[in-house]
Amino acid sequence: MAKTITLEVARYRPEREAEPTFESFDVPLNKDCVVLDALNYIKDKLDGSLSYRWSCRMGVCGSCGMMVNGDPKLTCATFLTAYDPGPIRVEPLRYFPIVRDLVVEITDFLDKLKAVKPWLVRDEEKPIGEGEYLQTPEQLDSYKQFSMCINCLCCYAACPVVGLDQHFIGPAAIALAQRYNKDSRDEGAEERLNVLSQHEGIWGCTFNGECTRVCPKNVDPAGAIQQYKIKAVTEWYKSLIMPWGKK
Amino acid sequence: MKQPPAYTLYHPKWYRKRVSTWWWTEQWRSFKFILRELSSLAVIYFVALLLWLLWSLGRGPDKYLEFQAWMKDPLVIAFNLIALLFVLYHSITWFNLAPKAMPIRVDGKRLPEWMVAAPNYAAWVVISAVIAWLILGGK
Repeated sequence: MAKTITLEVARYRPEREAEPTFESFDVPLNKDCVVLDALNYIKDKLDGSLSYRWSCRMGVCGSCGMMVNGDPKLTCATFLTAYDPGPIRVEPLRYFPIVRDLVVEITDFLDKLKAVKPWLVRDEEKPIGEGEYLQTPEQLDSYKQFSMCINCLCCYAACPVVGLDQHFIGPAAIALAQRYNKDSRDEGAEERLNVLSQHEGIWGCTFNGECTRVCPKNVDPAGAIQQYKIKAVTEWYKSLIMPWGKK
Repeated sequence: MKQPPAYTLYHPKWYRKRVSTWWWTEQWRSFKFILRELSSLAVIYFVALLLWLLWSLGRGPDKYLEFQAWMKDPLVIAFNLIALLFVLYHSITWFNLAPKAMPIRVDGKRLPEWMVAAPNYAAWVVISAVIAWLILGGK
């Protein structure tokens, strides 16, 4: 028989259990299999009632973030062989309310994301006839790293501040705010600063750096937040020295 | 006739886990982070110590001798050594984090992290050397 590895999968069936339990499954250990493949194997062959989110299985959609042996991971990019001989413990993303099994409730994050206006804000849209907003490769480069975020929420599950203060707006939302602030076509930096310069915004961050460590897309949210702190302080000094200046 | 079921927008039985007060003892990484946060207390302590030194100097030789006697106490020396270790840890982690907050771009490319950290370390060494020279008998 082919080699197998044990997955200890967190189960939470609200109609049956008051709190999550673990269930063990043995799955084939192939060198090209990732944790998400193992979950699909369980759902197809062993227990069809297992619930989890996934879509693209290639690190683009950001649906399959879960805790793998206590670390937030994109399960589509986490190979089983890295954990041989196992067991591998798969749990829902930390700090989020659990809906069922490995599925977490993320409405709170979506509200926070919307608050930072993650789209191009213009004072005045130019008429379509005038063509597109042009950008040099250098201008693109200044925000490209932050634009790689896929909202997988691994950074939220890694950040102790998210766990301790539910009002903290969180790493991904701030990194995405910075993605638009640094975009040469955007004019919404001031509106975003009003949201982000509050305590629940950038100042909640203690620069633990876990968000950057776990980010599967190398977005570096911790860097984005610290850069934003510097910007917020300089803006504050400017408004102090020149209160008549443009707020 | 059967009543239609009550409509609930979201499933009400979400499971929420409270974060333990001792979360930072679960991983070495988190523990180091809390040590770094605590190290700011050592910084406050040394600032207070310096202020006390200046205050004693201002109050005349008796007060200053009293301060010196206190500083020579083995317990105080041990405590100061521990506080010094914390301050060193604070400084080193601070300089290592500086490049993350300062993405300096030259010629459109981001400078490598060590090129931002190195001048910080150099300034630290030079300023410390100058202060040591001033205190330890430089003229």
